[in-house]
Amino acid sequence: MNWVLVPQAIVTGILSGGVIGLIALGVVLIYKSSEIFNFSQGHLVMFGAFLTWWFAGANEHGDEIVNLPLGFAVVAALVTTFLLGYLIERLALRPMTGQPLLSIVLMTLGLAQFVEGLVSIAFGIQPKSNFPAPISRIETFKIPFPYAFKETIYVTQLLVAVFIVVILSTIVVAIIFRFTRSGLAMRASSEDHELARSVGINVPRMFGLSWAIAGVIATAGGILLAMNFGASLTLSTVVLVVFPAILLGGLESLPGAIIGGIAVGLVQELVKTSTIPEIKNAYTIAPYILLLIVLFIRPEGLFGRKRIERI
Amino acid sequence: MTVLRPSGDFDRSYQQDMSILRKRWQWVVCILAIAVVASTPYWAPPYVVITANRIGYTLIAVQGLNILTGYTGQISLGQAAFMLAGGYISVLSVTYLEIPVFFAIPIAALGTGLIGLIFGTPSLRIKGFYLAMATLAAQFIIPWMTRYTFTDFLGGSEGMIPAPVPKIGTFEFNESSRYIYITLVAVIFSTIVAVNISRTRLGRAFVAIRDNDLAAEVLGVNLFGYKLRAFFIAAAYAGLAGALRAHYQWAIGTELGYTLTESIFFLGMLVVGGLGTNIGPFLGTTFIILMQDLSNVVGTNLADVLPQAMTGRLLTSFRPIFFGILLMLFLIFEPRGLAHRWQLFKASWRLRPFSK
Repeated sequence: MNWVLVPQAIVTGILSGGVIGLIALGVVLIYKSSEIFNFSQGHLVMFGAFLTWWFAGANEHGDEIVNLPLGFAVVAALVTTFLLGYLIERLALRPMTGQPLLSIVLMTLGLAQFVEGLVSIAFGIQPKSNFPAPISRIETFKIPFPYAFKETIYVTQLLVAVFIVVILSTIVVAIIFRFTRSGLAMRASSEDHELARSVGINVPRMFGLSWAIAGVIATAGGILLAMNFGASLTLSTVVLVVFPAILLGGLESLPGAIIGGIAVGLVQELVKTSTIPEIKNAYTIAPYILLLIVLFIRPEGLFGRKRIERI
Repeated sequence: MTVLRPSGDFDRSYQQDMSILRKRWQWVVCILAIAVVASTPYWAPPYVVITANRIGYTLIAVQGLNILTGYTGQISLGQAAFMLAGGYISVLSVTYLEIPVFFAIPIAALGTGLIGLIFGTPSLRIKGFYLAMATLAAQFIIPWMTRYTFTDFLGGSEGMIPAPVPKIGTFEFNESSRYIYITLVAVIFSTIVAVNISRTRLGRAFVAIRDNDLAAEVLGVNLFGYKLRAFFIAAAYAGLAGALRAHYQWAIGTELGYTLTESIFFLGMLVVGGLGTNIGPFLGTTFIILMQDLSNVVGTNLADVLPQAMTGRLLTSFRPIFFGILLMLFLIFEPRGLAHRWQLFKASWRLRPFSK
């Protein structure tokens, strides 16, 4: 462990983990409402990033069909994926109601393959490094810190801005859940489907709504990631680290998802500070080792509910 | 799983009751099928022989997955990674311990089984997608290890090491038309083992766990022990498949695939074929691999018609779209897979003038 790098790694880790937490929020949302574990979230993230890139007219061949300013492009992508999320639930998951878990998991995996093919046919397979970013990727904030490397912690302005957006979106989701009528209805239908039905809540519509919101969250996460790293097909694999984050936080817990995401980001950055090259290279699998440890010690996660089963 | 027999179809001896192939015509069909596959190098174009080899080793991996996922009900997303481990074990033991290839392949199966046990241990406390997560971890950790640890032995950043060609005496199995006999023997062996697992105590315990694990435990099935056995068997099958594939492709490593996508494809083949049936892996693997080839052909032909800019995209993207749609349609309209269709077909044929 290279200790002088640790303060820097902690700051970077927390900031970059926020996005993972936000994406994890989408998976938890769907799980809470309909007990479906969405393995295609990573691909929806990738799709959202590519869609925004396309709306913003950054096509390399110069044959753009639409050429919106970034703000409008983001809104257009969010609206599209809102509808897409609803459509996915309606067309793919609704017919699966009552099927065993394995079929539903496979359905989301098939969906992931489909989205991957769709993205590569519509936008091409080359990574897009020219993703528009409103804030510089190079300019940094310098925080004086006497124990750190060079006595300063460097944070790119983009990373800080991304983290602020993550916090704001989390607050928006929390407000929707706590204070709006449909938020109340969603919470009710996640507690008990039959009870929710009996008080007049349209439970299938709530499932659709939760998928739509999850689609929006995925796109938001995709945009925030792509501003840093560009949009590419590997985004969907990189984003799979949200699953360790979710299991660490607990499957049913919304704050748990954010905390899990930050923890995963921290672990990744801390592993990178190691002086041994084998361990340093392990930052890609460190979240999965964390996942195995969580599964062995506390399978329900930090804030999850313990399951009690009866025959 | 139970086979419904038409009335009047009796077993006339205990031996007939116990055998896998109960009747003379079943023997004839079986031997004919083997003969047709074994003679492909003499009558079929080379492309067919290559595809037959690919179907063969994929089929073994899917049969293993069928025991774990189809019979025991434990979802696994790591079958391709176990194949990778099996290939490496076989190749390394031939290269450094100088064991003949035909002994190295069973060693690879056993070794991979032991690796499977490691990733199966979380199944004591978790199930469902929690377990899918543990196997997902295997799918990331094993390829990472082959790439970044022991780089002198495992190929390191090159991502693959050469695999020796199996040979008996001076006869080398160095091309598809010769290798197909090794694949065929392995498939026959793995099928016999799989059928016997499914109809004995072990398989019945697996099915009990799948249907309700708590009830199975109350009935006296040692839950952890049997789950671990399922993981061992599935990983051993994957190891066998991986070793076969490594010696067939003359190389093993992450450069050649063994990705998460492949693991998902194995699950897809299983669902398309029919979960928890012995004929399912055969139907599903053959169907999906032939469909992949078909989608390649269709993609190439479409690429000729469409404008130049689309060509590259179409070739790479046609397969996932095709597979995704196929899998989703099967899950919605025929979740019991092709095996169920086959049963229906047989039943309607039996009742022929009176079936609708």
